[in-house]
Amino acid sequence: MPQATGINDIIKPENLVYKRTEVMTPNILHYCPGCGHGTVHRILAEVIEEEGLQTEAIGVSPVGCSVLLYNYLDIDWQEAAHGRAPAVATAIKRLLPDKFVFTYQGDGDLAAIGTAETIHACNRGENIMIIFINNGIYGMTGGQMAPTTLPGMKSSTSPYGRDVKMMGNPVKMTDIVATLPGTFYVTRQSVHTPANVRKTKKAIRKAAQYQKLNKGTCFIEVVSNCPSGWKMTPVESNRWMEENMFPFYPLGDMKVPQESESQTTNK
Amino acid sequence: MEKELRLMKGNEAVAEAAIRAGADGYFGYPITPQSEVLEYLMEAKPHERTGMVVLQAESEVAAINMVYGGAACGKRVMTSSSSPGISLKQEGISYIAGAELPCLVVNVVRGGPGLGTIQPSQSDYFQATKGGGHGDYHLIVLAPSSVQEMADFVDLAFELAFKYRNPVMMLSDGAIGQMMEKVWLSPQKERSKTVPEWATTGKPPTRERVIITSLDLDPMAQERFNQKLIAKYNEIREKEVRYEEFQCEDAEYLFVAYGTSARVCQKSIQLARAQGIKAGLLRPVTLFPFPVNRLNELADKVKMMISVEMSAGQMVEDVMLASNGKVPVYHYGRMGGMVPEPEEVTDFLKSKI
Repeated sequence: MPQATGINDIIKPENLVYKRTEVMTPNILHYCPGCGHGTVHRILAEVIEEEGLQTEAIGVSPVGCSVLLYNYLDIDWQEAAHGRAPAVATAIKRLLPDKFVFTYQGDGDLAAIGTAETIHACNRGENIMIIFINNGIYGMTGGQMAPTTLPGMKSSTSPYGRDVKMMGNPVKMTDIVATLPGTFYVTRQSVHTPANVRKTKKAIRKAAQYQKLNKGTCFIEVVSNCPSGWKMTPVESNRWMEENMFPFYPLGDMKVPQESESQTTNK
Repeated sequence: MEKELRLMKGNEAVAEAAIRAGADGYFGYPITPQSEVLEYLMEAKPHERTGMVVLQAESEVAAINMVYGGAACGKRVMTSSSSPGISLKQEGISYIAGAELPCLVVNVVRGGPGLGTIQPSQSDYFQATKGGGHGDYHLIVLAPSSVQEMADFVDLAFELAFKYRNPVMMLSDGAIGQMMEKVWLSPQKERSKTVPEWATTGKPPTRERVIITSLDLDPMAQERFNQKLIAKYNEIREKEVRYEEFQCEDAEYLFVAYGTSARVCQKSIQLARAQGIKAGLLRPVTLFPFPVNRLNELADKVKMMISVEMSAGQMVEDVMLASNGKVPVYHYGRMGGMVPEPEEVTDFLKSKI
């Protein structure tokens, strides 16, 4: 009879195919199963590590599900008031222009209460990266309607579906900031398949590299899911996202620098 | 370097003093009667003089959050506004107090509530000294009564803010902000190169990451933090009380007044003494910490205290607490942007004798 194999017999360097990146802390993520936040955290950490930015990075975390992001990435952090991350990041970057400064915000934070800060930071062309997680709902407070909730979509404050006549229309903030002269690179991605994860990681890497050129705001929307808020399994939520979110929030680049623009540095 | 004598508005003096104090950043939004601060800074090109960052924000809300971001980098940063704008900043000020960050907030007070008037007032005393935003916290509050003090208190504010990692408010008013007086300006200081160990600067491999936050989901830990803040405020109460006395030695009747009201009271004392009434003035320079002990001592010597304020009666509550029932305490106030005449203050005193 073969010997039973214990877990310690399997954990060997030669069997290692996936490990925690050094920029991720060992803290256990508090996110619900299937949530996209963990994936975005991971690829953000990978980019920071691979681009050698750990000593330069100052992140600004939002209010919402990712408020505790500072527990997961081993870099310096500031936790901003609800919606104010772009204002906070503006001052950090202006006072410490050599640092890699970014915000990470949800849809309620960035596209409702923080609309003014988002638009004006982008319009001034603050030389920061903004990562915008859009799952169409307020996750942390328990699934209320967000500025990005789709027409007809149910939430705890639109229990019969979002009635746009009464509740207004969803905001396409990424489309708006793409029209502003201060933005340098604007894209909308997702992390629901391995191929999309790679594309989003590439977008974050570009934004990190562009920040060294000092040419303006880089804005990355990640259309994501909220299985708990949407009251679906993770698999159902990804399917629902493909069928409903992507037609309204189509993936792809919205503003890409010309090759000549991305090869010179502004003072 | 010698001090330089200039004729300036209080608002301009704050701006010039900020450059000379080696401030790293100013973030503001226009509002009457303090817009000269931002205007002066934009014209003075501090970026060329010292490298100081000056930015006109999209709102008072954005400006105070820029102050949060800059303060958390260990920089000497400030904002200024007037009453309605200071109300908008209260959320940010609470976060700054909760994250224990140093900064200077200048309030050139105008009449309220609401949009109120654009004339001088002292009706933001409660807001300034009792917290202002949500949660248990205090600002250190400095009350200038001259253009000279508006300049001098910039440096003092940064010193106290960094000593205690606490936001400092300079509570001025529309009269001192707008009037011109001669002011001796300090020589240019170099901007500090010291980086506090608590500041976010990018994490070198040699230290743990810095997290600036005011969030603690564990109520026991949050309470421990509240207790730490209380200990800090008690230390401030013990060490940082500042006040000025004017003809208190033989005073039988004591005015308690700060800022513009204190200037009015000096004249009222002259008028009273010409009529044989021995009046004096205690002028709190720090409103938090309030000169509680000194007022309590004076309550043993005087027959009456009158809190003279351009408000409906706010500081009078602290005067009552400090005198602790030993003597009658009255309030005399004008509101809505009206400044009391010295004669009416003297007449009020006479009516209470």
